[in-house]
Amino acid sequence: MDTVVLLTCTGLGLGALYFLVASGLSLIFGLMDVLNFAHGALLSVGAYATWWAGTEGGMGFWLAVVFGTAVGTVAAVLLELVLIRPLYNRPRDQILATVGVGLAVPALLMGIWGADSRPFPQPAALSGTVGLFGAIVPVNRFVLLAAAALVLVALRLFLSRTRYGLVVRAGVEDRAMVTALGIDVRKAFTLVFAIGGAAAALGGALSGLYFGSVHPGQGTSLLIFAFVVVVMGGMGSVTGAAVASVAVGLVQQFANYYTAAGLGDLSVVVLLAVLLLVRPRGLTGRLA
Amino acid sequence: MSTDTSTTSTGSAADGKSAPGRADRAIPRTGESITERSTLIYRALRWWPIALLILFLVAPYSALPLPGLLDGPLGSPGSLQLIALCLVYGALATGYDLLLGRTGLLSFGHALYFATGLYATDLAMLELQLPFAAAALFGIGCSISLALLLGSVSLRVTGIGFSMVTLAFAQAGSILVQRNPGGVTGGEEGRAAPVEMLPDSLVGIENTANLYWIALGYLVLTLAVVQWTVSSPTGRIWEGIKENERRVEVLGLRPYGFKLVAFVIAGGLAGAGGVVYLLLTGGATPQAATSDATLALLVMVVLGGSGTRWGPLLGGVLYTWAGHRLGDLANSSAIADLPAVLRVPLSQPLFLLGALFVAVVYLLPGGLAKLPARIRAGRSKTDTVGVPGPAHSLEGGTT
Amino acid sequence: MTDSSFLTSGQTDPAVGASSATSAAAADRAALLSVRDLRVVIDGLHILHGVDLDVAPSGVTALLGRNGAGKTTTVKAIMGLVPRTGSLRFAGTELVKLPTHLVVRQGIGYAPEDRGIFAGLTVAENLRLAERDGSPAYDLVHELFPELKQRAGQLAGTLSGGQQQMVAIGRTLLNGNRLIIADEPTKGLAPKIVAEVADVLERAAATVPVLLVEQNLALVRRLAGTCAVLADGRTAHRGGTAELLADEEAARRLLGVGRPAPAATSVPGPAPTPTVAVPPPVVPTATVTKEVAP
Repeated sequence: MDTVVLLTCTGLGLGALYFLVASGLSLIFGLMDVLNFAHGALLSVGAYATWWAGTEGGMGFWLAVVFGTAVGTVAAVLLELVLIRPLYNRPRDQILATVGVGLAVPALLMGIWGADSRPFPQPAALSGTVGLFGAIVPVNRFVLLAAAALVLVALRLFLSRTRYGLVVRAGVEDRAMVTALGIDVRKAFTLVFAIGGAAAALGGALSGLYFGSVHPGQGTSLLIFAFVVVVMGGMGSVTGAAVASVAVGLVQQFANYYTAAGLGDLSVVVLLAVLLLVRPRGLTGRLA
Repeated sequence: MSTDTSTTSTGSAADGKSAPGRADRAIPRTGESITERSTLIYRALRWWPIALLILFLVAPYSALPLPGLLDGPLGSPGSLQLIALCLVYGALATGYDLLLGRTGLLSFGHALYFATGLYATDLAMLELQLPFAAAALFGIGCSISLALLLGSVSLRVTGIGFSMVTLAFAQAGSILVQRNPGGVTGGEEGRAAPVEMLPDSLVGIENTANLYWIALGYLVLTLAVVQWTVSSPTGRIWEGIKENERRVEVLGLRPYGFKLVAFVIAGGLAGAGGVVYLLLTGGATPQAATSDATLALLVMVVLGGSGTRWGPLLGGVLYTWAGHRLGDLANSSAIADLPAVLRVPLSQPLFLLGALFVAVVYLLPGGLAKLPARIRAGRSKTDTVGVPGPAHSLEGGTT
Repeated sequence: MTDSSFLTSGQTDPAVGASSATSAAAADRAALLSVRDLRVVIDGLHILHGVDLDVAPSGVTALLGRNGAGKTTTVKAIMGLVPRTGSLRFAGTELVKLPTHLVVRQGIGYAPEDRGIFAGLTVAENLRLAERDGSPAYDLVHELFPELKQRAGQLAGTLSGGQQQMVAIGRTLLNGNRLIIADEPTKGLAPKIVAEVADVLERAAATVPVLLVEQNLALVRRLAGTCAVLADGRTAHRGGTAELLADEEAARRLLGVGRPAPAATSVPGPAPTPTVAVPPPVVPTATVTKEVAP
């Protein structure tokens, strides 16, 4: 029983991390058809900015998280304005440009802070454990869950209550028609990049908490599972991403524990392939 | 023959050696001998790939030092090893471009078929005790079978969905290799090729030249296969699929089968590349299966010029060479003395390559292969105003 | 819905013909939107090669042509939804270099061929998305389409085709537009709904000029004073609608209606078939006002 609880909490924590990456990825792809290979890099930027602020910057943990998130947001906006926007009429080149950034940024982080993992500052209040149904669960799992839930609620409010949220939802369905109603959809592009960057950077900051350290490839290794989540949840659907994140996180943890290690990762990836083949359009309607 | 001069010089003009040709026509009578010579030069230049191939074939016998380009003299084992690696990657990129540049398929899983050829050959020798030749055939057969199986599945989705499925399959393969099922793949360490199973002529540093020739042979084979298939009727349909898949469907053809053929050929070529790579590096390591390996191929193709005959080769050679030289450069004293702002980025080969990639995508669409044409176009400034063509009224679903 | 029926019946109202002739002349003087030499190339295919078109400053201007003639592409090109060259002068402003959203903000409402409804958004959200200024004319829209008010909270994807078309037209009426472009608004609708849509278009056209792409010639005859006919991506004819539709031969040649002619020769029937005659090379009467030089 306690093993199941621990695995559930760890799986949910991992799922929360996936959600923070995948929610932005999903909105960006849904609205712009850009498969952002640099999204993992944004996570790494957030993680390193938080780590730097918490250690060399001398900030407190929460302030460091805010700082890291802000840095990631700025990086995402710059990415959209400088690299994505000029390639607006060349969708494949947009993807290629993000591939380049996804290669360059982790390498730059490695150049500055080295290839080895850096221990992440853990505030005392978050480094302990709590007993839950007889299991001893690290507190940071719950921090991740709370952060992901907060982001989910905020995103849903943004999408349902604001005009830009309306524009984003409509743009996911039919971008051209949004412009044909007199709306400059490019502003929404920058906005979803900012939102996606903020969520990914927050995920980066909190991934340091989850893994206890940061390393340059952190974001990239999470990215592929975030892709899985995005496709399974339906591109452009934040709620779908949330559900898929939980499913992927749990499947991975349980399968890795109860079968051979690595089989969980494998099963998730195979699950994606099967899903795509069974419902090539049904998942998203916009895959082709 | 002399009556042909004007036509041949026109031909040369079309090929970019225009200056002498045009001069000939301006002074047709007195320029006779110049024409003859320029025709000869042009003829010779047309055979440059053959000339280059001969140069490459005899390179192991040369002790020519190429400081800056190579560490040792041309024929030294270290240099040959690096050149062979460049050629293998050039060939791999050329094969990958069969999908990206010729058929318009953005696969993120090409490394899987390369790694399959690499591991299957290695494991066939290690576990099945097959001799090398049989193991190589087995490895390539595995790549082809896997490409056929996974291609037939993943090509059922189009666009970015196809990219995602190929990425997923390749990731599954990569995880499988790293997790070392049954102790077969060797996990992070990989498995070294069994020296006793390999022919003696392919083992040892003194036989590097043989490996080099094999790599060169693999490149020629790849170029020939790509050239032959692309100019075949199937290749023209690939071109149609790349430009507009719907239009191919309108013609009553099913793109699926044609795409699968491209996928399997590319997979088989990648598998053969895996065999050559195994010989060159003496083992199979899990890095070959990672998504980074596919992304590297993508970078090579885009850098050199997707959809061109020589572009992917050029990109593959440059990328591989730069990857090795930039690594040396990063450790050199010239870099170490620079201020940190410059030193840190310059010491990271992947950063330079990523940044270069972005720059190529952004500033040089079409890659290096299109560069001469772009320079020429920029120089001559001939505005080719698009004359409205004949009445194609093929409006897919409009009106 | 047999388009040929009223053509062959030949019941031309001379009054309509006269009024449309005068409005055609007016359009030449001061068109609200004049399209000149509009060209569209997509994926190397020349889809439009020289469309000329004038939208009259009042009433309905029809854009006609057979399937595949380029009508929808013309409209999309005006909206900037496909890359285009040529000249698009709208009330003194050149639109050809403007991106779509700025074209719309010049005061052009667009109801596309497939209606362009956001299926996952509610009716109210579909309308709210179209709001461009501070005072959206919900009163007008709800008066014309009371159903849209009742169904405000319903997902637009669950509406019937007719209701979706109401949303599409409603969106164009919400803002103080100077021109409404409607691309086949009656396509696929039940006859009763077609009449309803036609009434709305007629009412709208009383205050805002409308460019109407339409296959339903009965509707065109009823609403449109002037028209332009496309063939193979070019303007083949411009003039009064009534005159064109009255000229059976020209209508058949340009619009492909009354097409049963060749078949009719082989079908034994009581009706003599004068329509098999080879089309005369020159348009015989003065009813067709203006032939555009290619």
